[in-house]
Amino acid sequence: MLLFALRRLLLSIPLLIGITFISFLVIHLAPGEPVLGGDEELSRQLPKEVVEKIRELYGLDKPLHVQYWNWLTRIVRLDFGNSFQPDGRPVLTKIKERLPVTLFLNVIELLIIVALAVPVGVLSAVRQYSLFDKITTLFVFVGFATPDFWLALLLMILFGVQLGWLPISGLRSLNWEYLSFWQQQWDLVAHLFLPITVATFGGLAGFSRYMRQSMLEVVRQDYVQTARAKGLSEQAVIGKHALRNALLPVVTILGLSVPGLIGGSVIIESIFAIPGMGQLMVQGVFARDYPLIMGNLVIVATLTLFANLFADICYGLVDPRIRLGGRRRRR
Amino acid sequence: MTRTRGLALLVLAALCALSAGCGRDVEGKPEEIATGPQTPAYGDTFVEASIGDIAGLIPNITTDGASHEVGNMLYDGLVRADKDLNYVPQMAESWKFSDDCLQLTFKLRRDVRWQDGRPFTADDVMFTYQTMVNPKTPTAYKEDFLAVKQAEVLDPYTFRVTYGQPLAKAVQSWGTWMLPKHLLENYVADGKLRDSPQNSRPVGTGSYKFQEWRSGEKVVLVSNPDYYAGRPYLSRVVYRIIPSQGTIFLELKARGVDLASLTAIQYARQTEYPAFRKAFRKYRYPSSAYTYFGFNLKDPRFADRRVRQAFAHAINKQELMDGVVMGYAREATGPLRPGTWAYTNKVARYEYSPEKAKALLAEAGWKDRDGDGILDDKDGKPFTFTIRTNQGNEERKKLAEIIQQRLKEIGVNAEIQVIEWASFIKEFIKKKRFETIVLGWGVGTDPDQYGVWHSSQTGADQLNHISYQNPAIDQLLEQGRASCRRDDRIKYYHRFQEVLAEDLPVLFLYFRDALPVVSSRVRGIEPAPAGIFYNFQEWFVPKELQRYTSG
Repeated sequence: MLLFALRRLLLSIPLLIGITFISFLVIHLAPGEPVLGGDEELSRQLPKEVVEKIRELYGLDKPLHVQYWNWLTRIVRLDFGNSFQPDGRPVLTKIKERLPVTLFLNVIELLIIVALAVPVGVLSAVRQYSLFDKITTLFVFVGFATPDFWLALLLMILFGVQLGWLPISGLRSLNWEYLSFWQQQWDLVAHLFLPITVATFGGLAGFSRYMRQSMLEVVRQDYVQTARAKGLSEQAVIGKHALRNALLPVVTILGLSVPGLIGGSVIIESIFAIPGMGQLMVQGVFARDYPLIMGNLVIVATLTLFANLFADICYGLVDPRIRLGGRRRRR
Repeated sequence: MTRTRGLALLVLAALCALSAGCGRDVEGKPEEIATGPQTPAYGDTFVEASIGDIAGLIPNITTDGASHEVGNMLYDGLVRADKDLNYVPQMAESWKFSDDCLQLTFKLRRDVRWQDGRPFTADDVMFTYQTMVNPKTPTAYKEDFLAVKQAEVLDPYTFRVTYGQPLAKAVQSWGTWMLPKHLLENYVADGKLRDSPQNSRPVGTGSYKFQEWRSGEKVVLVSNPDYYAGRPYLSRVVYRIIPSQGTIFLELKARGVDLASLTAIQYARQTEYPAFRKAFRKYRYPSSAYTYFGFNLKDPRFADRRVRQAFAHAINKQELMDGVVMGYAREATGPLRPGTWAYTNKVARYEYSPEKAKALLAEAGWKDRDGDGILDDKDGKPFTFTIRTNQGNEERKKLAEIIQQRLKEIGVNAEIQVIEWASFIKEFIKKKRFETIVLGWGVGTDPDQYGVWHSSQTGADQLNHISYQNPAIDQLLEQGRASCRRDDRIKYYHRFQEVLAEDLPVLFLYFRDALPVVSSRVRGIEPAPAGIFYNFQEWFVPKELQRYTSG
């Protein structure tokens, strides 16, 4: 197992370099340059000499492969560079500011989704076509079909404007500094309640479907029949034998959703005015802030690779066929 | 702050239709709107919604509206625009031109201090000038300072500049944000202005002091108790960054923000119920930007003035204003803002008349030769072209659609292409790869628009991207910017507008209205041609109406 993990780890290094290379190319293929700025009315522009100076300063006057090489040599020393935007702050600082919110929001969201989706999926599979199954199916399709931003606005109007129970947007109240510790925590929960609800609603739908599907396949397997035949209780059959196997594909999907935890959701963050990673990235793209975009991409790509690795290891834990090691590894 | 987010808007409109609940949701204790004057009081927090985050805290090196708005609170200039957009002293006490308009001497106030306690002197003015012209300073506002031939500090409170040729914008240019020499000297010399502590903890001479910037969340300013023109009444100003126009509107309804700019639909349809009218006051004044339909004058079809005039007759400006911004706009008769001193409306006008349009096109040799409803030139090539505009601006897209429809009626076929901003500018505007465009220009307080219309400014990276060349206009622009006497300048600019209206290098459409609403507990707001923000320091909340007491 260890050897397997190590090999995967080593393999991911060239993969990572490949990812960054392609991203670098694609970003630079997009027309526009950071020095252009985003002035909507176009009424002010930098004089030509200044543009040249800035290009030189950022190394944008060099050929693309040189630029990439420079970037790569800096990144291996963990130097992500400074943002091209006028505040000129280090990319890592910018990311550090935004990451905790996004991470917190998404981890909570994922936990809730898993906690709800697994039992819902299992139950609706075990009692296929029952009333419960029908209701959840309906709920799930409504969830699939509801656009995030629409639901968000509806909830904001109801809870924020009409009832006035919850704050509409933002992360903290304006008087946050003057609140006691527990009031601050409560304030945070109140602010995050709607965004988490909205994000969970959409995610729950998909996830419980996967769970149901996977479970439906498993309960028809021979070994489940066998388990029943040898007189195990229904609880043991489902909970122990079927569920563990049904979780396999779900683990894959979980692993794949890890990069999303870091990337954040642009729509949710914009509507609820939450200063997270999604917004940072979008802002970076519009400003053609190359160091910021690349920094963000490297972090997300690294995490994706790690998450995949982690998911593979988790297979081992839930699937004995894999745990047995290299001889019969299913790859 | 005013960028239209069409999608969110549409959704909101739909929501209101669905829930039918948009009319009764501002609740809480009603705030009496006093009729008589009330005693000004210090205190309270003013919360403003901003759709975009600021880019930095040294406004001289940013170009976005949010940074400039915050910058104006933190930094002062030697002069500022008053309510009628005339320049009046700010940190200068007075100024004087020499008789030949070449030499400009400022006397500075002696009571101005930086927010760290150091006195503000002519050395700081000199330093700001040197920073602006330093090739290592990444500023977009160099041009006016490069025209300075010589700058001198005569004594700590007297500063003199000499220009090579008269520059009409000279006074205005010294309204720029003054930077502290004692804090920035080394950074500017090294070309590292961006990395200076000033960019995260700014020290200015302005009416508000910096307190906090949480990226993507908010910017907090507190009033400067030692402000030379008197401490402002509102103690704290918070800019809340809310990237969605729809959310800003809901926050407004729930009274989470005190000031926001509305879209036309919100202004006209969704805020006309009693509770909202009680909690907020609405203001309306022409903004300083106009929208136009531009031609690439290198295209032989559009180089013909009759074709441009035909287009002007084919479109109905009133219809455009009504359809796109619900009539909250003033017709543009030229590139100058209505109501300002150089503006005139005594210029050629083109009423909506498809017949006249068709006649003009026929005169220019356009006839439908193959009977398909589309006009053709003498070689039988149909009159077909593309209207391009940038993504993210629903207003411009709608304009393009209405214009497309109207042109079809006179037998001209237009396609529409909407392109992401940066690509649009780089690939189409700068390379002049367009036939027609829908775009906007911001206009300054000075009528000088040399960069946009002069024939010498048609290079690849320059602003005259429509390639307009007219010797008469060139001369008027040169005369207009070379005089420091207003009476002469008015003559030149009136003529300038007449010639432009006759020649129609672009179709001037309209100046959209700015539509801000402000919480009704705030008093002291006096709308004027300059808008409402010019006297922000005098805004106040009467003691009994103050909402935020801490801080």
